[in-house]
Amino acid sequence: MNAVVVSLFIFLIIIFIIGFWSSRSLNQVPEDSFLQEYFLGGRKLGGFILAMTMIATYGSASSFIGGPGVAYTEGLGWVLLSMSQVVTGYFVLMILGKKFAIMARKYKAVTLIDFLKGRYESKAVVLLAAFSIIIFLFSAMAAQWVGGARLIESLTGLNYTTALFIFAVSVLVYVIVGGFRAVALTDTVQGVIMLVGTLLLLIATIIAGGGVQTIMSDLVAENPNLVTPYGAEGNLTPAYVSSFWILVGVAVVGLPQVTVRAMSYRSSKAMHRALIIGTIVVGFIMLNMHLIGVFARPILPGIEVGDKVMPMIAQEVLPPWLAGFVLAAPMAAIMSTVDSLLLLVSSAVVKDVYLNYVNPSATNATVKKWSFTVTAVLGIFVFLMALNPPDLLIWLNLFAFGGLEATFIWPVVLGLYWKKGNKYGALASMVVGIASYIIIDQFFPSLLGVHNVVFPIILSLIAYILGSMMTQVSHNPLTDQPH
Amino acid sequence: MEQVGQMPCPLVKEEGEGVKWVRKELRGMDGRFKIANREALIGVALALFNFGWWFFFAYGLGDASPEDYSYVFGFPAWFFYSCIVGFLVMVALVIIVVRWWFVEVPFDEEESS
Repeated sequence: MNAVVVSLFIFLIIIFIIGFWSSRSLNQVPEDSFLQEYFLGGRKLGGFILAMTMIATYGSASSFIGGPGVAYTEGLGWVLLSMSQVVTGYFVLMILGKKFAIMARKYKAVTLIDFLKGRYESKAVVLLAAFSIIIFLFSAMAAQWVGGARLIESLTGLNYTTALFIFAVSVLVYVIVGGFRAVALTDTVQGVIMLVGTLLLLIATIIAGGGVQTIMSDLVAENPNLVTPYGAEGNLTPAYVSSFWILVGVAVVGLPQVTVRAMSYRSSKAMHRALIIGTIVVGFIMLNMHLIGVFARPILPGIEVGDKVMPMIAQEVLPPWLAGFVLAAPMAAIMSTVDSLLLLVSSAVVKDVYLNYVNPSATNATVKKWSFTVTAVLGIFVFLMALNPPDLLIWLNLFAFGGLEATFIWPVVLGLYWKKGNKYGALASMVVGIASYIIIDQFFPSLLGVHNVVFPIILSLIAYILGSMMTQVSHNPLTDQPH
Repeated sequence: MEQVGQMPCPLVKEEGEGVKWVRKELRGMDGRFKIANREALIGVALALFNFGWWFFFAYGLGDASPEDYSYVFGFPAWFFYSCIVGFLVMVALVIIVVRWWFVEVPFDEEESS
């Protein structure tokens, strides 16, 4: 117990040091590139850091706490489902790839919204995009804060408010002082912790369970369905499991927190390295984490709350100091997701709304002041929300992932690769994506047995194409007057 | 397109500049985009292959009743081939594709920070 707290404490100290160390690079940059440095790390990320920051941002509380908990309940079928995420390791960077990097530099884009603004030149597209980022990511972030605080609470025995306070202060300090580069660097440290931590825990779990063979026969003895691809109750259908290839696989291309990273790297060499490292690391972590969940079942039968599987199995099979180190992994995952989201929401407010439409002639000093202030105010606001999370917040968070994908995937991907795509198509796609997702989520859940995100993504594709085609003649992009 | 010295946010001052740029580039005036397009298609092909492998082994071999499963290294065969071997195959393919087919292109032409 004490060793666990000490390990976590050391982890937080390291994170602080990195934050302050990277803040020096913020002070060294020329005044006029502050925005680029703060929100994008000066487009200087190397391959290893790029891969790690993408994975750490993406692998949130759900993959480290929730995922293994479900794998514990469902068996190998859930590990199969989680392996649909391997595709993100290479797909996102290959699809956005060089084109996105070149275009983003051309438009001097610092955020996804900058890219959309440069590509479509439409105020409506920018405001709609900023609005959905602020709403969805804010909720996603608040829910992660709740998760982070709960984890500290369960590890240290502090009460929830104190735990939340510790969590909030640690996140805010280094996001505010360090900006994107600090976030990317700490993501890297956290990614390495996740990688090593899950490997150690998997090995210890296999040993504690008496080897893979023994664990498997224990599972078969309890319920043979646990070793099938169909889940404990046999209700994980191939269609449902396959639809996760869209939700957590290929459609991740549309998530703003992921796309912003695809414009932050130094060179195509860095991107090539990140492709390889990213695929290896994401597959390795996902496979390990979820297998741990399944393997924990014969060792610690009868855990009722899925979220407790990871902390309990770590403390069961590892010596305390090592358990503390390994449990820093989910902590790391939550923090690195939160800090990226915080930065992204703050960039949406400062850059995309304030600088674009409220005060375009703001001086650099003003922008700097606004960036720090907005980040801090958002942090405090999230803290207050997380103290007593409203029901709406929980719903929005569940909704956020698919909602953002349905909103952004086609305006981004077809904006890059289809020259006839225009602002009308983009607007239609965003509106149809969000609206159809809400309707399907509320009235027709699991339509035809697939995840709710599948149809909105198809419908928003149709909307993008129709919207662009129908406005081709009267609104040629070359003669179209923006604004 | 001299944008040196402007603020680093995407100030597209002249009307339609961004759109013109897209048009120009997409007409094939920038060879880098041919490379980018090809690599995006490779990405799609890899993802389709990845999905096919994953689906075929999982539901091809896993469809039997659990008593009839064969096991490899302690894992049910469907799981071993679909998730473990499938992952290793994808890593190998990504390495091969990136090393041999992906081309390094410069990103910066106007701004060098």
